[in-house]
Amino acid sequence: MSVGLRRVVLWSGVVTLCLWVLVPIYLIALGAFGGRAGVFRWPKSLLPWDATLASMQTFLAVEGVGRAAVNGALVAALTMLLSLALGAPAGYALARYAFRGANLFRLLVILTRAFPLAILALPLTVTFIRVGLYDTPLGVALVHTALALPFAALVSASLFMGIPRELEEAAWVFGCSRLQAFRKVVLPLALPGLAAAAIFAFVISWNEVFAASVLTVRNKTLTAYLLTVLAESPLHYRFAGGFLLILPSIVFIFAVRKYLFAMWGVSNK
Amino acid sequence: MERSRALPYLLIAPATIFLIALFVIPLVQTVVLAFVDDGAWSLTNFRKMVGDLNFGLSLRNTFLLVLVVVPLQVACALLMGVMLQKLDKGRDLVLWIWTIPLGVSDLAAGLVWLAIFQDRGYLNTLLAAFGVIDGPTNWLSYESPGSMFLAVALAEIWRATAIVLVILVAGLQLIPKEYGEAAEIFGASPWTRFRKITLPLLKPSIQSALILRTVLAFEVFAVVYALSGRNFPVLVGEAYAWQHVNQNNGVAAAYAILVMAISLAATLAYIRALRVNPETQP
Amino acid sequence: MKPIAAWLAGAALAAIWTTAGLAQDVIFLSTQLRPVEEATKVRQVILKGVGPVTYAVEEPSPFQTRMDAETQAGKRTISLVGALHGELQPLVNSKGLSPVDDLSAKAKERGVPDALMALGKLGGEQQMYIPWMQATYIMAAHKSALAHLPAGADVNTLTYDQLKAWAKAVQEKTGKRALGFPAGPKGLMARFFQGYLYPSYTGGVVSTFKSADAEAMWTAFKDLWQHVNPNSTSYDFMQEPLMAGEVLIAFDHVARLKEALNAAPNDFVTFPAPAGPKGRGFMPVIAGLGIPPGAPNRAAAAGLIEHLLKPETQVAMARELGFFPVVKAELPSDLPGGVKLLVEGVAKTQTAKDALPSLLPVGLGAKGGEFNKVYMDTFQRIVLRGEAPRAALDAQAATLAAIITETKAPCWAPDKASNGPCPIN
Repeated sequence: MSVGLRRVVLWSGVVTLCLWVLVPIYLIALGAFGGRAGVFRWPKSLLPWDATLASMQTFLAVEGVGRAAVNGALVAALTMLLSLALGAPAGYALARYAFRGANLFRLLVILTRAFPLAILALPLTVTFIRVGLYDTPLGVALVHTALALPFAALVSASLFMGIPRELEEAAWVFGCSRLQAFRKVVLPLALPGLAAAAIFAFVISWNEVFAASVLTVRNKTLTAYLLTVLAESPLHYRFAGGFLLILPSIVFIFAVRKYLFAMWGVSNK
Repeated sequence: MERSRALPYLLIAPATIFLIALFVIPLVQTVVLAFVDDGAWSLTNFRKMVGDLNFGLSLRNTFLLVLVVVPLQVACALLMGVMLQKLDKGRDLVLWIWTIPLGVSDLAAGLVWLAIFQDRGYLNTLLAAFGVIDGPTNWLSYESPGSMFLAVALAEIWRATAIVLVILVAGLQLIPKEYGEAAEIFGASPWTRFRKITLPLLKPSIQSALILRTVLAFEVFAVVYALSGRNFPVLVGEAYAWQHVNQNNGVAAAYAILVMAISLAATLAYIRALRVNPETQP
Repeated sequence: MKPIAAWLAGAALAAIWTTAGLAQDVIFLSTQLRPVEEATKVRQVILKGVGPVTYAVEEPSPFQTRMDAETQAGKRTISLVGALHGELQPLVNSKGLSPVDDLSAKAKERGVPDALMALGKLGGEQQMYIPWMQATYIMAAHKSALAHLPAGADVNTLTYDQLKAWAKAVQEKTGKRALGFPAGPKGLMARFFQGYLYPSYTGGVVSTFKSADAEAMWTAFKDLWQHVNPNSTSYDFMQEPLMAGEVLIAFDHVARLKEALNAAPNDFVTFPAPAGPKGRGFMPVIAGLGIPPGAPNRAAAAGLIEHLLKPETQVAMARELGFFPVVKAELPSDLPGGVKLLVEGVAKTQTAKDALPSLLPVGLGAKGGEFNKVYMDTFQRIVLRGEAPRAALDAQAATLAAIITETKAPCWAPDKASNGPCPIN
C-alpha cells in the first residue's frame, strides 16, 4: 500500500468514527433546540429548522437550578479528589509489588461496580442519616467515590506498570528518597493517565442519579434535580435536559484533554 | 526490608477501609436480606427469582449482550488507539471527539438512540428518503427482537467504547516507540509489530479495560429500558423491577447477588487468563 | 492544584451558606406533579403565600427508599408526603405514616366523600392519609379516527367488541395499528386489567381471576391485541405517542394524556373506556397526603393539608394541573381546552348508565407491587407469548392465592365482600 493511499484510508476511518460519535450528539442538540414541534415531525428534519430556545429557557428558569449546579460541581470535584487520593496509592501498590492479597484487593475494588448501587441505597441511606452525612454534598461525594474508585485504582495500576521501574531505581541510585523519586520521576509520567482517572470520576459523579437523589433533600445535584423530574416531562424537555447535562461533561473533557496527551511527545520520542 | 514489605499494605489501607465502610457493610446487610424470609434463614427469595417469568430470559439476554458488545468494544478501542498513534496532526481534537460519549449519561444516550430508532425516528427518515421503506416502520417492539437487540447493542457500543479507549490510550502512550522502530528495522510487518510488541506490552491496560467493561456490561440497564422497555429483560433491570415495581427487596437482593457472582467469576477468569506479573513489566 | 482547592473551598462555603438559609422551612415531598412545568406551578401558584415550604419531587422508587431509610434511622426531614394510594400503602407496614385522625373531621366537613376517606384508612382503623386529589383513566382518540367507527357504535358507549372492530377498521384504512395501551415498565397497565378489563368481563378482580369468564376475556383481549400498536409494551405515558400520531386511540390515566390534549385540544375527543358483558368498569386514582411519625414540623404539615383542601386551592389544581377536587368545589366553566376535555371524559365515565366502579386494592400492604405483577405476567404469558389462557391462569392464580393468603386481604369492590381472605373461585 502506498503512503498516500494509507493516509486516505486512515483519515477516512478517523472521520467515519468521528461522525459515528458526533451525529447522535447532534441529534440530541436538534431535539433540545427543536421545541415541541420538532420532536414529532415526520419525516424528521436533519437541519435545525424549528430551532427555538424555549425548552432550554424553561429549564434554566426552574427554581433552584443554580444551587443544584453548584452542588453538582462541588460533589463531582470532591469525588475527583477523593477517588484519586484513595485510588492512586492503591494502584501504585498493585503495580509495583507482588504481595499477598493483591488479587483479593483487586476483587474488592471491582465488586464495588458489580453490585447495583440502588439495591444498596437503603442501608447506606440509613447509615448516612445516623452519622449526619444525609443531605450533604460530602455524603453524595463519598458514595460517588466508591463508584469511581475502581477506575482510579485500576487505571493508575496499569499506568504505573507501564512506567519502567528502572527509571525509579535510577532515581534512588542518584540519592532520591522513595517519595522524591515518585514525585519527580513517576508522577509526571503518570499524570496524563491520572487525568483520565479524574475524568472518569468527574463524569461518573456528574451523571449519577439514584444515590444523589435518595441521599439528599435540599442539596440535590443538578443531575438529580433535573433528571428525577425529566422522566415524565414531554420529550422536548427531556432532550433539552439531556443536552444541558451533557454540556458540562464535554467541556470538562475538553479542558483536561491536553493532560491526556501531554506525554505523547516525551515517552514516544 | 521490613518497611518495604509493609508498604503495599499501607498504600492500599485507605482505599480498603473506605470500601469496607461504604460498600462491604451495606453489602453484607443486603446479602442477609436476600437469605431471610419472615425472620428465618431461607432460600425463598432465590426460589422466587428462579421461578420468575423473566428469569431465564434476562439471564440469556444479559449474557448475549455482554458477549457481543464487550469484544467489539475492545477491538474498536484498540483500532481507534492505533489510529490515534498514526495521526500526525489533530490528535487532540480527534481524541476529544472520541471520548465525548464518556460524558453522556445513560438517560441521554437512551433518548438519542430512541430518537434514531423509533417509528418516526431519524433512521426511518433516512430509509424512507432512499425509498427502502414507505413509512414509519417498527424496529423496537417485541415483534422484532432482532432489530431491537441490534439497536441496544449499537447504543451500548456508542455509549461505552470511550471508557475502553481512554484506558488503552493511557497504556499505549507508555509503550516506548523505540521497540516498534527496532522491529521495523528488522523488517517486521505492521501486523506483526502490533501482535508481538503492542499487544503484549498493552496487556495490563487491556486487562483493566476488559475487567471494568465486562463488569459494567453486566450492569447494563438504563439504555436497554429506554429502548425496549420490558421487551428485552436484563438481570439488573429485573433487580430494579423487583425492588421498585414489585416492592420486594429480598428478591431484588437475590438478583443483585447473582449479578455480582457472575461479575466475580468473569473478573477471576480475566485475572487468570491475562496474568500480569509486575516483575516482568518494563 | 491551588486554584482548584480555592474554588472548592468557595463552593463548599456557598453550599453551607445556602443550606443554612433554608433550614427552617417545611419539606413537602411528592411523587405526583413531578414534570418541570407542573412542579413550577405547584411552587408558584398552589403553594403561594403559605409560608416557607420546599416542594420536592421524587420518583416512586427513591421515594420508598428514602421513607424507609428515615424510618429505620429514626430521624425525619420530611414533614408532609403526597403520593398515590398504591405508593402510600406500603408505608403503613414500614411505619412511614402516622395517623391523621385529627384532620379527618375537617376534611369531611369540606365534603370529601366517605368512600375516599375509607380508602385513606388503608385497610386499618385509623386515618393514614387525607385524600388530596383524584383522577381516573379515560380514553382519548384523534378526531380523524372517528370516521372509522363501526356502524351503529357511539364512541361514548363503546363495547370491547366495537373497540376491536374500530381498531381493525382504522388499521385497514390507514395501515397502522393505531390503538395504544400504557404497558411499558412505568405504565399503569396493571390498573387497566384490575379496574377495567376484569370487572367489565367478569364482575370481579380477585375472586373471578381464573373463572371461565376470565378465560373468555383473555381470548378476546388477545384478539384485540392484533390491532394494538406493538410499541405499547414500551409506552409509559400515552400522551407522547398520541402527539406523535403513532397511535390514534389510547387508554391512560388522565394526567398522562393531558399533555397531548393541551397541545391540540381541537384534535382530540375523550370518552369512557369500553364496556364488557358485566358493565363498564372504571377505577379512581387517588393521591393522598400523609404525615410521617416524628415529622420535624407536624403543625405546619397539618396547616399545609388544610390549605391544599381549600376549595379554591382544589379548583386551582384542576385548572392548572388537571387533577380533580376531592372536596366539594364547583369547577369553573372557563377551563383550558385540554383540561376541559379531561373533565368531559371523566364525567362521561362516572355517569355512564352501565358504570361499574372498582376500588383500588386495599389491605395488600407491601404486596401491592407483586399483586400488580400477577396481572402483568398473565398478560405477558397469554397475549405476548401465546400461552393457553387456562394453563396460564391456573399457574398465576397460585401466585395470587399466595399473596392473598399472606396479606389476609378481604375482597374489595367489585368482588363480593368476603369474611376473611378473598377467595379465588
